[in-house]
Amino acid sequence: MQIFPCPFCGPRDETEFTFATEAGKTRPEPAKDVSAEAWSDYLVTNVNPRGATREVWLHQTCGEFFVMERDTVTHAVTGSNAARGGGA
Amino acid sequence: MTKRYSAFGLFREGLRGHSGWQPAWRTPTPKARYDVIIVGGGGQGLATAYYLAKNHGITNVAVIEKGWLGGGNTGRNTTTIRSNYFYPESVALYDFALKLYEGLSRELNYNIMLSQRGVVTVSHSDAEMEIAARIVNAMQINGTDAELLSREGVIEKAPLLNQSPEARYPIFGGVWQGRAGVARHDAVAWGYARAADAAGVDIIQNCEVAGFIVENGRCVGVETSQGAIRADHTALCVAGHSGVLAAKAGFQLPIRSYSLQAMVSEPVKPCLDTVVLYLGTGTYLFQSDKGEIVVGGGIDRVPSYAQRGNPPVQQAILSGMLEMFPSFGQLKMLRQWAGVVDVVPDSSPIIGPSPLAGLLLNCGWGTGGFKSIPAGGWLTAHLIAKGEHHDISRPFDLERFATGRLIDEAAGSGIAH
Repeated sequence: MQIFPCPFCGPRDETEFTFATEAGKTRPEPAKDVSAEAWSDYLVTNVNPRGATREVWLHQTCGEFFVMERDTVTHAVTGSNAARGGGA
Repeated sequence: MTKRYSAFGLFREGLRGHSGWQPAWRTPTPKARYDVIIVGGGGQGLATAYYLAKNHGITNVAVIEKGWLGGGNTGRNTTTIRSNYFYPESVALYDFALKLYEGLSRELNYNIMLSQRGVVTVSHSDAEMEIAARIVNAMQINGTDAELLSREGVIEKAPLLNQSPEARYPIFGGVWQGRAGVARHDAVAWGYARAADAAGVDIIQNCEVAGFIVENGRCVGVETSQGAIRADHTALCVAGHSGVLAAKAGFQLPIRSYSLQAMVSEPVKPCLDTVVLYLGTGTYLFQSDKGEIVVGGGIDRVPSYAQRGNPPVQQAILSGMLEMFPSFGQLKMLRQWAGVVDVVPDSSPIIGPSPLAGLLLNCGWGTGGFKSIPAGGWLTAHLIAKGEHHDISRPFDLERFATGRLIDEAAGSGIAH
């Protein structure tokens, strides 16, 4: 059982958390000018890195989204920051 | 020349100390140039090479494998084969695979140990029975075999199931597909490898692809740990690592990688002769030919390239097994393992051209790569040889994510990926 660090609540059991998306994506705007390909890129394509990654996670217990830095092979967590204030 | 396996050959070798067997495939040094390079020596890649040779006469082909044949997801799945899907496009694809599997041992002259023992998907309420009836109707309309089972029908298939009135997930009935079953996964990879090799295909193991050679915007080969290899066409058949290879080719895919784990118990006497899935627990299991209970469930919750499982999902799978079969609480679990699966938003595979000309995709199978090996290989070979989609593969093109013509099997048949 892995422990994840919520920046608001501290270390908690991994089952309290839900993966949301990879960090660093910007929603294309304005909507009427966005091509189907650009919208598809935003919604579904991923870097999906093997190794170090930055991801947006939800701590279901407190309801806050935050950014977690993690390794997708070793599962080591190296950072955890609030999404507010431009962290994502 | 590859010797054909036969009962007489086995008898003869038995009499002379098994001294006459020969390797099932060669270990060639890669040539500088091929007509086709297939990256990935799992079931999908090997089947693609075999059908290129058999269906299209293209034999100047290299299969390049980072590790050893079938050492990735082909050797890490739970060997189940079925086509109990909801959408016509999916049934066309998976039932094509099942039909090819039905004749594969004879065709490859290699016993894949196909056992069509059937799959029962169990429902736990009147509402779930309506969903089950909807899936049975869809499967029958799409031309595959399906039957709606009553509670008694389910219990007849698997008498050890928890029949208690206190059960958390009571048995109301279920969906039955009798042609579904299991096959020996290693034998599928080895059988295709042997047949492809016999047709002239070079199978190159322990050779990692480091990058792609691009000239005038077209992929013309790969850089590998054994040097540059060039070809007119390259196909990516690398389950679990499609995103990593796509990054080397300069594009991204609608794929996220997750571990999918499974477990196996000590072998016990025959007690279960079908494959059982509970909609309520998400756990499925069957008894292997060796007597072990093979158990699996949904994918892990954490995006990952680690070939191991994570404990919360393992706990859910095992508690699901005990809910379904309380008597299995006596079993000792022997092994647990995981493979890395390509999960796509609509839970359907991607077959077709990539954003880089000259490079084709066969990926995104999620948890369904093994059952679809013959169809995936057949269709990828067709794409390479003809330069256009087969009718069955056309709906699975990458462009569906931009056009919105998704085939959402997670919503359709309620599968776990």
